[in-house]
Amino acid sequence: MSTLLRLAWEFFKAGLFAIGGGLATLPFLYDISRRTGWFTTRDITDMIAVSESTPGPLGVNMSTYVGFHTAGVAGAVSASLALVLPSFIIILIISNFLKKYKENRVVQNAMYGIRPASVAMITYACLLVARAALLNTELFAVTGALTDLISWKAILLGIAVLASYLKFKKHPIVYILGAAVIGIVFRF
Amino acid sequence: MKELWELYSSFFRVGLFTFGGGYAMLPMLQKEIVEKHGWATEEELMDYYAIGQCTPGVIAVNTGTFIGSKTKGVVGGLAATLGVITPSIIIITLIAAFFMNYKDSETVAHAFAGIRVAVTVLVGTSVWKIAKKSLIDLPTILIAAAVLVLNLLTNVSPIISVVASAAAGILLKAREGRAGK
Repeated sequence: MSTLLRLAWEFFKAGLFAIGGGLATLPFLYDISRRTGWFTTRDITDMIAVSESTPGPLGVNMSTYVGFHTAGVAGAVSASLALVLPSFIIILIISNFLKKYKENRVVQNAMYGIRPASVAMITYACLLVARAALLNTELFAVTGALTDLISWKAILLGIAVLASYLKFKKHPIVYILGAAVIGIVFRF
Repeated sequence: MKELWELYSSFFRVGLFTFGGGYAMLPMLQKEIVEKHGWATEEELMDYYAIGQCTPGVIAVNTGTFIGSKTKGVVGGLAATLGVITPSIIIITLIAAFFMNYKDSETVAHAFAGIRVAVTVLVGTSVWKIAKKSLIDLPTILIAAAVLVLNLLTNVSPIISVVASAAAGILLKAREGRAGK
């Protein structure tokens, strides 16, 4: 029991202080690893790799992984619930505030400025994943040939996904699953 | 009760098919939340994303709590939050228990290389759609350009981007109000 409580407490703190998404929980994980010895820094690297090849929020993947290794399924559940509890409470408070002041001029003007900032931040994140998805930076570093920098297979798939998404507008799940199959078949 | 289940299952799908950081769930949110159920508008998604960047915790959970609580109060927030984290808890527990060499699998690596291409395109089209609604005049275009350049050139924290843009919005609109009188 005390392990479960300690797990919950450690991940509650990570959830309370890690601002800016999953990667922000990393420093907290290193700290937990150093103080408790529940897992090693090597485990954290493994966790990042697993997390990058599974769906879902990185932070929750991390807490599940650590929780399971420390105290089984009960540990996985309690660490994950503890991780999301602080933000759950904080967002409930902000959400109520927004409901109340939705018509307020200052709040509306702040949102007027925030929305384009959101668009820009998501565009930036999209550029980062585009670089990883469409370019062969590792191969380019070795050969130095510009034609090696571009992953032609990926560009073709990208055009195909874009064309069929614009034309058929199917659920994003369809394109994600389709791209996974194509990636396996054509060895991306 | 039905709506709570719909919140849970919609966010379950979002959690199951989000590959990448918080930004990667945008196409799923647009489909499930805006188009299918009308629980929020695209503009509101942008607000939640920005607030989720500056508040502690996982962005997917923050967005889920926002939309759930807007639709069905505290219980709705709970349903959405539990929905978005359930797939991760199940999948990661299975991997940790049985397939520790999962991440070294070549098939998984190929699948994810393909998925990354789809995510790039899907997020790209989502952003384009929202940009047309959010970049409505010169000030909003300038704010977006400034934040993008800042992100490209520096390691600026999202909190600074969001707080500065909020301030810019308030100041610009206040000046506009005075000039209008």
